[in-house]
Amino acid sequence: MSTYTVGQELAQKIYPINRALLVAYADASGDQNPIHQDEAFAKSVGLPDVIAHGMLTMALAGKYISDIAGSAAVKEFSARFTKPVVVPAGVDTQLVISAKVSAVEAGQIKLDITAMVDDVKVLGMAKATIVAS
Amino acid sequence: MLNAELVGRTFSGAETTLVTQESIAAFAAVVGETNVEVAPPTYAISITLNQSQALLQDSGLDWTRVVHGDQRFEIFRPIVAGDSLLCSSTIESARVMAGNEIVSVRSDLHSGSELVVSTWSTLVVRA
Repeated sequence: MSTYTVGQELAQKIYPINRALLVAYADASGDQNPIHQDEAFAKSVGLPDVIAHGMLTMALAGKYISDIAGSAAVKEFSARFTKPVVVPAGVDTQLVISAKVSAVEAGQIKLDITAMVDDVKVLGMAKATIVAS
Repeated sequence: MLNAELVGRTFSGAETTLVTQESIAAFAAVVGETNVEVAPPTYAISITLNQSQALLQDSGLDWTRVVHGDQRFEIFRPIVAGDSLLCSSTIESARVMAGNEIVSVRSDLHSGSELVVSTWSTLVVRA
């Protein structure tokens, strides 16, 4: 892990989310809630369309963190699911993730993570602690 | 409604979940992770979500109306293939806000006596 300073902004990355990814995540995670796959069902419960699993958004943010120091370095990770990520058929919804270093302590750094879709925050209070290996 | 008497109670699973290389690879593939020597940081949810639902199925919690409010992981060491993990779930708190039930559940994954990952989920049961 290279040197980080408090306040440092880390480059944003874009993660496309589409219906196929939702199916893959449902199968990998065991979360087969139909609001993440079945458009008619999602609309029947008042949603605008199929929405992504909040935990998929968090898993993609987890990938962003893993890319900094490796999956094994992630010690703490938390987020609120503040807005649903709507995933219409046939297009990619672009999840934009960035982070800012909030603390640098003995052997570890803390990050504040921002996750946006269409300029709207979809995760709140997203934070991670990673250690230098 | 959640049975309020269950707040503070811990429900332990009877059987361990064996972590396979295939399950780690499948989870990693979804997020584009190519290192599959350890599980991705949020992999634990693939065990704790279904396990906690099973453990709390008689709690009165209406899982069909649950929305995931927030999630936290504390990872003491990464999960690896071959781990045999036992899930225990504790209802840490429950309250009602604007008609919705807000229930906080902690699920711990142990390998033998070693605590590997703790997860906290806030579940919002829509009115």
